[in-house]
Amino acid sequence: MSRYSAFGLLRGAFGGQRHWQPAWRDPEPKASYDIVIIGGGGHGLATAFYLAKVHGLRKIAVLEKGWIGGGNTGRNTTLVRSNYRQKPLHDFFEFGLKMWEHLSDELNYNVMFSPRGALMLGHSDSDMTRLAERGDAMRVSGIDAELLSRDSVAKLEPLLDMSRSARFPIEGGLIQRRGGTARHDAVAWGYARAADSLGVDIIQKCEVTGFVRQGDAVVGVETTRGQIAAGRVGICVAGHSGYVAGLAGLKLPIESQTLQALVTEGVKPMIKGVIMSQSLHCYISQSDKGGIVMGGDPDNWPSYAQRGQPMVTGHAIAQAIALVPALSRLRMVRTWGGVTDMSFDGSPIIGETPVPGLYLNGGWCYGGFKATPASGWTYAHTLATGKPHELNAPFALDRFRRGATIDENGVGPMPNHR
Amino acid sequence: MSGPSRSSGGESINFTFDGKALLGRTGDTLAAALLANGIGLVGRSFKYHRPRGIMTAGVEEPNALVTVGTGGRTEPNTRATDVFVYEGLIARSQNRWPSLRFDVGAVIGLFAKALPAGFYYKTFFGSARRWMFYEYFIRRAAGLGAAPVEADPDRFAQRAAFCDVLVVGAGPAGLIAALTAAEAGEQVLLVEQDRVLAPSLLRDQQELDAVWADEVATKIRALGGRILLRSTASGYWDDNLITLTQRQTEPGQEPADGLAQRLWHVRAGRVILAAGAIERPLAFAHNDRPGVMLSQAVRSYIRRFGVLPGQRVVIATNNDDAYLTARALRDAGVQVLAVLDTRPAPAGQASGFPVHNDALPLSTSGARHHLTGVSARINGTTHYWQADLLVTSGGFTPVVHLHMQAGGAALEWDAAAQAFLPGSARQNVTSIGAAASAEPIGPTPAPANPGKAFIDFQNDVTLGDVDLAWAEGYRSVEHLKRYTTLGMATDQGKLSNMAALGRLAEKQGVAIPEAGLTTFRPPYTPVTMGLLAGAKAKDGGAHVRRLALYDVHAAKNPIWQPLGYWFRPRAYPTAGETLAQAALREAKSVRTNVGMTDVSTLAKFEVSGPDAAAFLEIICATSVSKLAVGRGRYTFMLREDGMVFDDGTVWRLAENRYLLTSSTGGADRMATHISYVRQYLCPHLRVSAVNVQEHYAGIAVAGPKAKVVLTALIGEEPPRHMSTIPAMIAGIPVLVLAASYSGERAFEIYIEASRAAPVWAACEEEVIRHSGCLYGMEAMEFLRIEKGHLVVGGEIDGRLTPHDLALDRMLNKAGGFIGASGLSRPALSAPGRRQLVGLEAIEGIIPEGAMLISSKGQSPQGHITAAAFRIIEGGSIALGQLEGGFSHHGEELIATSPTRGQKARVRVVAPHFYDVAGDRYRD
Amino acid sequence: MLLINCPHCGPRAQVEFTYERTADSVVLPGAPADAAMERLFTRANPRGEDDEIWRLSFGCRAWLVMTRHRSTHAITAIRAVGPETLP
Repeated sequence: MSRYSAFGLLRGAFGGQRHWQPAWRDPEPKASYDIVIIGGGGHGLATAFYLAKVHGLRKIAVLEKGWIGGGNTGRNTTLVRSNYRQKPLHDFFEFGLKMWEHLSDELNYNVMFSPRGALMLGHSDSDMTRLAERGDAMRVSGIDAELLSRDSVAKLEPLLDMSRSARFPIEGGLIQRRGGTARHDAVAWGYARAADSLGVDIIQKCEVTGFVRQGDAVVGVETTRGQIAAGRVGICVAGHSGYVAGLAGLKLPIESQTLQALVTEGVKPMIKGVIMSQSLHCYISQSDKGGIVMGGDPDNWPSYAQRGQPMVTGHAIAQAIALVPALSRLRMVRTWGGVTDMSFDGSPIIGETPVPGLYLNGGWCYGGFKATPASGWTYAHTLATGKPHELNAPFALDRFRRGATIDENGVGPMPNHR
Repeated sequence: MSGPSRSSGGESINFTFDGKALLGRTGDTLAAALLANGIGLVGRSFKYHRPRGIMTAGVEEPNALVTVGTGGRTEPNTRATDVFVYEGLIARSQNRWPSLRFDVGAVIGLFAKALPAGFYYKTFFGSARRWMFYEYFIRRAAGLGAAPVEADPDRFAQRAAFCDVLVVGAGPAGLIAALTAAEAGEQVLLVEQDRVLAPSLLRDQQELDAVWADEVATKIRALGGRILLRSTASGYWDDNLITLTQRQTEPGQEPADGLAQRLWHVRAGRVILAAGAIERPLAFAHNDRPGVMLSQAVRSYIRRFGVLPGQRVVIATNNDDAYLTARALRDAGVQVLAVLDTRPAPAGQASGFPVHNDALPLSTSGARHHLTGVSARINGTTHYWQADLLVTSGGFTPVVHLHMQAGGAALEWDAAAQAFLPGSARQNVTSIGAAASAEPIGPTPAPANPGKAFIDFQNDVTLGDVDLAWAEGYRSVEHLKRYTTLGMATDQGKLSNMAALGRLAEKQGVAIPEAGLTTFRPPYTPVTMGLLAGAKAKDGGAHVRRLALYDVHAAKNPIWQPLGYWFRPRAYPTAGETLAQAALREAKSVRTNVGMTDVSTLAKFEVSGPDAAAFLEIICATSVSKLAVGRGRYTFMLREDGMVFDDGTVWRLAENRYLLTSSTGGADRMATHISYVRQYLCPHLRVSAVNVQEHYAGIAVAGPKAKVVLTALIGEEPPRHMSTIPAMIAGIPVLVLAASYSGERAFEIYIEASRAAPVWAACEEEVIRHSGCLYGMEAMEFLRIEKGHLVVGGEIDGRLTPHDLALDRMLNKAGGFIGASGLSRPALSAPGRRQLVGLEAIEGIIPEGAMLISSKGQSPQGHITAAAFRIIEGGSIALGQLEGGFSHHGEELIATSPTRGQKARVRVVAPHFYDVAGDRYRD
Repeated sequence: MLLINCPHCGPRAQVEFTYERTADSVVLPGAPADAAMERLFTRANPRGEDDEIWRLSFGCRAWLVMTRHRSTHAITAIRAVGPETLP
């Protein structure tokens, strides 16, 4: 692997940048691997990387039915934060946030993690109390959180509508200054390149069509490129979790729904960090190219089509304009949909399944991107050792049957009520 | 010289560009008007800040982006080719500093060789803060135009429409299709993004002309058809729903009636796409200079707008279209110096022009940010022409965007035209005209210097960048797009995609269709955000509901508090009182005397029928059927997973008639829940469940004197605690429930909402007579916390079981209620669950929301759900959730709020601070 | 945005409807705990057709069961609920 550096770019300037090698190989699948990961998104690639780097495994394959990073990894709004209220969640995401802070160096690939601050607005005294509670829960767990006054919020994001007569007047906010955004594609590519350099086979255009069973246990996968034996198999396919688990006869606490996002034409810097709200369901940030990236609620009905309906984005835009009126004259240049794996308590699932040899990483709802490093780390631990890491132990699949759900919003099992 | 005529344009229009006063004509696009004024340099590219001019005459324009308008009407990144000049139009160039001609940012271009596609992934390492340092400059250099800072002064409307046939594009094909459908008796809607019908007829006169187009339009309208100009079909959604964006005004223009644009949601029986085709540029070195224009665009400027974009012209083409332009130029008196045709055989139509076959421009030269010459290598010899206009044509890309957005649609590859044509589709859609066919083209030779051959002009992506992406393994078309940013600019890849696909296919050694295709996503052209929001932008779509007694409260100028869809009085301060002072005074009045408050927003359901009790015992986790007529009780409801999600009271009003109340915030959720049980789970039950939330207004009267007040109001003995009677107040029938949330003897009075005001007035008079006062939600909160009553969203947070909330003794022993089976899960009876406790301060004031810890650095064991003061004695008290809380009574903890810098030492106690025995309810 | 043919109101736009849950998630009150939790917490979630419970939140407010394809969104059957739609 040729190292990436400013020097390399300068050297390339005199040689037409022709010295760069492929970021990852394009290997043929081998007959057998220690661990096969189904799904070449950020999570699957990160898992492979940490399996190789931390656990020293070498016979690892990532099977991707299309092209790596082509699912939700490349379809999200790139937010990174750990400002959750429930302890298992903020501990997990905080572990990830700390990894984000060094990820570019770790991968020798600039993932452009930019901790520009994740601001959650409060619109009433009761919102502010809820935000304080969230912040207090974080602070007691050693995570940064800061309550901001109205004036501080106005100073931070001058384009917010601070008028008292606003439908959702801004009373203040809770900021996690270490939160921010990253470049989503770079996360997949950076993990892929780093994993490949440690010998991981990343096999694109290889769809899993079934499982090879020995008794109850899964001992390999059937794919469009032949049968591949595996010591352990890890599912890591987000919105398609239900489908792939179904190939092994499993039914999951997951429903696949569309989540849409959109981006405007690029404009000069107008929004500094990430803007979210305690009462409204939209989240706004500005990319390095200048586009305002935003999203809102999921479409709230099951779909695998990666297409939503226009009223849902219209509603999110209306909320965004209610907060930042100056967005009105910008133009939406692209809108897209991803298939989200909505779990039945809003929290992810990382761990073993009832099928020996088969593991699951899914149920990320609309919050998987920020989890990528922590998800890969803990899933790698689980796949390598057969046991959960302490961070993902609370996120076991059997928690629903046991009654140990981790329900951040307290809304229960129906994903569309979330 | 005999230039094209500008006289057809009509009146002169004043506008400015970068502060310079200029004249345009009615009907000009800004691009045409700028060209007519001799302005060729219009903008700067995104990455290298290269000087750019006008390349096209349509919505696909990548280069000529300007900011138009001022204040809240400022529209950055407006295509000069897609805005028609109006009196007073103010346009500014963008992405340049200090000026368009001298742009410091252009220095980046000097380092272009060190900044290839994806360079930023390979450098700027170190800490996240270090990246943010570099990022600061990158963000400032990027981003094209500047956004407005003011709110939008104009309106955006939305409208729904239906038609049998929607025809997209009013060119000759679209007009004929629309007329045919209208004549067949179908309801037709024809939309055209331009401001004129059949704009191509203004460019290329054929047997058909603009007069013909007008005649067809007249016929369509006479048959009941509708034609929308300046309207773009921007999105194609499920079940033939098409979104149209209709301009009422031009970008930046002040609308006469305040309406800037209108969004249409059109549900069409079938859709005919006649959106035409987009001309492609050719790729060669320095093909991005101002003065390089597409062939059809040049004809549009000459014939439609009467503007000659150049005097010394070289043409480069791989197809016949450019020869039409050559003739148009000749007709306008311009000498065509050379036609460079990539095709080997002499083209049939080439007569009279100096045609060079097998030829592609090598490069262009320029000075003062404009084209000055074109070079080409022909038969081993390098030729050079001094030229100020280079016309290029690389073939045509049919507009298949909407076809593909329709979902489940296929494309077919036309090898001769090197173009994708619309194939089959799941939805009822067909494409016709230039959107469905393309003329054959010749070869598109690879240029000598791919690193300077631009394909995505706005984002400065060259063929060299495609090569680099390929070499680095970004070989899927989506990887290529994302790695190079190709096709991600405001022109959405309309010009660039085919060139990139061609190069990718060449690298892979396959035909273009095998190389893949990126997804076509809405919108077809960028859409104003305010338009998509419509009227909802004012309140985020969350319309406020008005209390029946709103006027009564408003007259007293209370402090308002949002609750659900409503705003309710939080306190009624007298002059000089703070919220806390007012709330404490109000609460004291309730404790010592009497108070009244508006409880209209509580969820209310009337449940009646022979099976009403059985129905309620499915919804409520407590028993209901044992209630005697005229009696009520506290109840709570579980989700199917066993968690408490709401609570309230249930009253038996008559043998088979009940009233169920529950929380305001959960009202919609409860209505849906009840409706689910009624319609889905229990269709066999003989019961009717009606949501009467806003049918009845409610007034609560509470305090030691409440009974006296009620007696005076209703003229009879009021009901005992948890009993109900019908009564009359101020001559109006009311329902009186004796229920208490405050801990005092209290009554809720329900009245038909429209008749609530006189009842309120009567109550208020009586309360005042007894030296009582109005109280708001803040006092209510103090009262209920002290009494230890629960609130949905506080103690009832959707994560606790009846046992956790100490409600399990009230569970219906008979079972059968929703949530009973969820409760049996093992983790719900495991030790360490959070349980409801009371807390009293030993030292300090307990902050609401604070974490409960036993010492510093420890994990939180719980948190404060609500905090208040003992109303009479004073002293900070709270309710909270604590792990294993029931067994920790008497222990000391710390309630800490690091975000507010507050903490208190607290003692865990039972969650009742007032009248534990309930003596005050009794008469 | 789907066009949904309500058995009572005829074809109406999707914005008038609310998706509630899948038919395979319905738990009858009084169902045995294990079976109930299995239904509540697992889904077939197919990429193809499934039975879904929707509600016409405007119009007649009826609860409906529709058979809909999760990839094409095509609705192949729609019916009003009644005793026969219970699991």
